[in-house]
Amino acid sequence: MAIQRAAASDIPDVSGRRRWLTEVGDFCRHRPLGAIGAAVVVLNLLVGVGADVIAPYDPLATDYGAMLAAPSAAHWLGTDAFGRDVLSRIVYGSRTAMLVGFACAFFGATIGAVIGVTSAYFAGRVDLLIQRVMDIFLAFPLIILALAVVSILGTGVTNVIMAITIPMIPRAALVARSSALAIRELPYVDAARAAGFRHRRIILRHMLPNVMAPYLIMLTAYLGQAILLEASLSFLGLGVSEPTPAWGLMLRGAAVQFAEAAPWMAIFPGLAISLAVFAFNLFGDSLRDALDPRLRTQ
Amino acid sequence: MIKYIVKRILLMIPTLLGVAVLIFFLMRVVPGDIVELRFMGDSAFASKDNLDKERARLGLDQPLWQQFVTWMTGIIRLDFGTSMWTGAPIIEEIKLRAALSFQLAVMATFIAVVLAIPMGVVAALKQDTWVDYAVRIFSIAGLATPSFWLGIVFILLLLIVFHWLPPMVYTPFWVNPWQNMLQLIWPALAVGYRYSAVATRMTRSAMLEVLREDYIRTARAKGLWQRLILSRHALKNAMLPVLTVIALEFAFLMGGLVVTEQVFNLNGLGMLFVESVARRDYTLTQALVMLVAFVFIFVNFAVDLMYAWLDPRIRFR
Repeated sequence: MAIQRAAASDIPDVSGRRRWLTEVGDFCRHRPLGAIGAAVVVLNLLVGVGADVIAPYDPLATDYGAMLAAPSAAHWLGTDAFGRDVLSRIVYGSRTAMLVGFACAFFGATIGAVIGVTSAYFAGRVDLLIQRVMDIFLAFPLIILALAVVSILGTGVTNVIMAITIPMIPRAALVARSSALAIRELPYVDAARAAGFRHRRIILRHMLPNVMAPYLIMLTAYLGQAILLEASLSFLGLGVSEPTPAWGLMLRGAAVQFAEAAPWMAIFPGLAISLAVFAFNLFGDSLRDALDPRLRTQ
Repeated sequence: MIKYIVKRILLMIPTLLGVAVLIFFLMRVVPGDIVELRFMGDSAFASKDNLDKERARLGLDQPLWQQFVTWMTGIIRLDFGTSMWTGAPIIEEIKLRAALSFQLAVMATFIAVVLAIPMGVVAALKQDTWVDYAVRIFSIAGLATPSFWLGIVFILLLLIVFHWLPPMVYTPFWVNPWQNMLQLIWPALAVGYRYSAVATRMTRSAMLEVLREDYIRTARAKGLWQRLILSRHALKNAMLPVLTVIALEFAFLMGGLVVTEQVFNLNGLGMLFVESVARRDYTLTQALVMLVAFVFIFVNFAVDLMYAWLDPRIRFR
């Protein structure tokens, strides 16, 4: 968090809130692409939270008088094979995507970070054992592990979150471990141990906060990946199940079948996925540049 | 060197064994088994007696540990057994599918490399100019676009603009290369875009790092041509991490193209995987997972060896 330090030394006596604002201002000025990404992310979140107010139609309401209707003043993005409004479904789909994205990224990165730091802290045999277990999960291709989890637990939002989180954990653990290995050698960890703190306290209170930068980078990177994975799983029929509006689900079945007659059914949900993930990646990239001191000096 | 290689190969064994245990029990936890699924259609034959007979034929009546041991001893002798669903040897089931997946992975890699290396190099050379921004936006968009959706868009464009659909039946390359290419070029492009995005970003950051090295400044100072500096001094050294991501992506493509294959109706390994899980074909699913895991572990090992071979600064431990 070098930025914080720099900003704080420039203006020595400002309140915490002011400092935070300066920091955000700095980020926007130096990284316009990242700021745009962040803005789209916030917009997406707002759309997801306020779906009930924003969506022009009930996402589940079928209208057999307007099946496969082209985009018009009444239905901005057209309707699907059941006459459901595509725009409303995309708006509600945003809620599903944000929920899955944030939950998976948070749990995946956090559990992974705890495991990685623990592994680095204990070193030796414990480290070796944890690493072997992580290797096993790494060798399992992400989508195949998710597929297996969904086949066991069934479809639905909670199960999809689990299916996506599990394969993320070993990847996060790997990153956190390599950052924590360096921290482990620093004197304050020795000092904490000499002071007689318990292992758990040293890991959670002394080491974890110091892998914050890679943690935040992972978190933002996983957000986009989780949304993509959710879309893929839903598209396969292994994710969120009908009639819950979800972007991947909207691309399934009829969207491909009627692609020529009603291309809006296939185009707009895909654009929604791409835009959301694009924004997360843009923001994540800039955040990485800002937080990673090694890259920043370049 | 030899000692290192042997040690790495030995370390593969516990990992593969772990994968085997995991998939073996994972499959048995999935509700329903192959016998129930197969008799679902005709309930007239689905008496308890018939189900048990079928289970006995497939060896599913034995205790779990015995099934596991039987499977493992088979693998050690490189005998993967037969598919529970079709009865055909698993090697035969996988062979054709793997050929398709492999060809697609090679084509996607080709597309990715052709796009990524020039773009990454140019972006690094023109850092923070509009060229750099354009390349970065193009590559971030590549990471954000789901390959399967891009595939749908390709099909749509071909349909609407040319009133033409790529062939939906697979023709092996050696039978009719033209037909084969007409079918596979689209999924290869859809997958290659994402793949190239990963490689472009890596090329860019590796080049940026290398271009700051002292030896590049020395080369410039002694008046070498820019082009020679780039090809001989910079690119060569920046290629290592790029090769790594290319190799790892390649391993991923061999088994991870589940969704894109679905869109293009390709019978690759991904499709086979979905089918075999859906049918609870234990033996086939297990063999597939072992294959994909082995490719992944082996590629990682190969990357490490390549690193040491190409970069003398890295020593084997």
